[in-house]
Amino acid sequence: MSNQPTDKVIVCKELTKQFGDFIAVDKISFDVNAGEIYGFLGANGAGQTTAMRMLCGLSYPTGGAATVAGFSVYKQQESIKKNIGYMSQKFSLYENLSIKENIEFYGGVYGLPDKELQQKGDELIARLGLEKEAKKMVGGLPLGWKQKLAFSVAIIHQPRIVFLDEPTGGVDPVTRRQFWDLIYEASDKGITVFVTTHYMDEAEYCNRISIMVDGRIDALDTPANLKERYSAKTMNEVFYALARGAKRKAD
Amino acid sequence: MVKMVTLDRITKTYDKGKIPAVTDVSFSVGKGELFGLIGPDGAGKSTIFRILTTLLLPDQGTATVAGLDTLKDFRKIRGCVGYMPGRFSLYQDLTVWENLNFFAALFGTTVAENYDLIRDIYQQIEPFKTRRAGKLSGGMKQKLALCCALVHKPEVLFLDEPTTGVDAVSRKEFWDMLKRLKEQGITILVSTPYMDEADLCERIALIQDGKILSIDTPQNIVNSYPGELYAVKGAALHKILQDTRHYPGTLSCYAFGEYLHVAFKPGQGTGPARTGQSDRAGVQDPSGSGGLSGGSPEGLKKYLEDQGHTEVEIKKITPGIEDNFIRLMGNTRPDTAEGLDTATPTVRPAPQKPGV
Repeated sequence: MSNQPTDKVIVCKELTKQFGDFIAVDKISFDVNAGEIYGFLGANGAGQTTAMRMLCGLSYPTGGAATVAGFSVYKQQESIKKNIGYMSQKFSLYENLSIKENIEFYGGVYGLPDKELQQKGDELIARLGLEKEAKKMVGGLPLGWKQKLAFSVAIIHQPRIVFLDEPTGGVDPVTRRQFWDLIYEASDKGITVFVTTHYMDEAEYCNRISIMVDGRIDALDTPANLKERYSAKTMNEVFYALARGAKRKAD
Repeated sequence: MVKMVTLDRITKTYDKGKIPAVTDVSFSVGKGELFGLIGPDGAGKSTIFRILTTLLLPDQGTATVAGLDTLKDFRKIRGCVGYMPGRFSLYQDLTVWENLNFFAALFGTTVAENYDLIRDIYQQIEPFKTRRAGKLSGGMKQKLALCCALVHKPEVLFLDEPTTGVDAVSRKEFWDMLKRLKEQGITILVSTPYMDEADLCERIALIQDGKILSIDTPQNIVNSYPGELYAVKGAALHKILQDTRHYPGTLSCYAFGEYLHVAFKPGQGTGPARTGQSDRAGVQDPSGSGGLSGGSPEGLKKYLEDQGHTEVEIKKITPGIEDNFIRLMGNTRPDTAEGLDTATPTVRPAPQKPGV
């Protein structure tokens, strides 16, 4: 899919966001490789949401540099938006439109031609086994199905990267795992996955993860290496060792 | 033991009976108990909280709180319970201190009167007491909401998903606070979608689709797992997940952190001594029709190594609450396991009896 010479989909150098005298994101630097599943973890208020908004082209940095899919977060925000998918825990499809209508709407927004949209939409519905529900309002679907649908819609335009903000919050344990099957499939197709989660077992499913504390990235490695470095048995212990030292917790 | 909360065959539907929220739910919570309702979004947890706090009428069944009927004595109940709803419900444009005083006044008391109860928690937000509640961080809001729910020294505390969306460190701190409250004799009913928090409760009810799957102590629920569970690990997690699902002797297989959790189909009443034979039978039966071809850790290891997997590690483990939840979900809702995702059946119901 990629015509880009680089195999780095996100390049982030000392990216900073300051609100008044409060430094929400403090010189974070990291790269995300094409096809990688990258876990972007951190304590509440550590700055992940602010960082993610900058990477999605929704907010300007106050310092540093970053490119997403080869586009600058300062000058090419619109190009970034066309080349990424985004999905959050807060359900963002239209509840009063049917599954098919939502697919048509979002595919249209992302500029898919009618023919391709038709074909991609049918594939998507078949993959999720939702043929019988295709004409039903999305609002009536169980939460797990909604989340799987929202994810599939977020990647219908085959973006280079998809941002997932706590996609599995509150979802039952079986559906949570089915959701990760979809993530792996997307990754196999070459879509880079950038994901946040509070489930530490899910951190293990990522190729690499970073953990933010007080606006900084305090650790970045594979789950196995992080566990070794912090002499921890689980990612939960790694997270605890790092985030416990957070000063910003109070606010 | 004195029962502080009882539900007797409670059923509640929404939209004129079209949408079942909770169906025939019964359980009770003893005085001073820390009881957890564990289940995903949409399981019916909040509906149960609203019925118990007299904000919602059940279609059928009866419930009591502190010995009072939720229908007849709703006013009295409102005076003796503390309720922290899932959504932040304090006044955003009042300060921390104003909110706390407001709720104390509402219940005809003062902050000073029951200060002992909230001291530990309040001291953490005291530096921000002049800040408007709407400007607090998530963790601080949660602590303020807990203070406001406690300010009148309630007999029963209802906490609806207090830790949802909260990071692992703050979650642990919150549970430490609950333990200290419990030590002061307050009965606590708490709900959570995080299965790993179940172990922190004295008793739990696992709930899914408005029905109770199981009620017991976390330990007893863990012990109720039929058969044996194994953790499997290899160099390539996603590939090994797919291949293990294709091993004919696999009964259920799902990712669990860096490991897979795998249960095997029982063999023909064979013990571990005959695993050599059942291995071969397992490999030779690609239909995976079960029953006749049992699986074994040795058989799976060989199968995976034949598929080119390296660093394969298989060990027997003690199932956790989440393993049991997945198993019980499979029993009651087979469509969850296979209906949506036939290409990769993640979970199948485990056998009712231990296989060996």
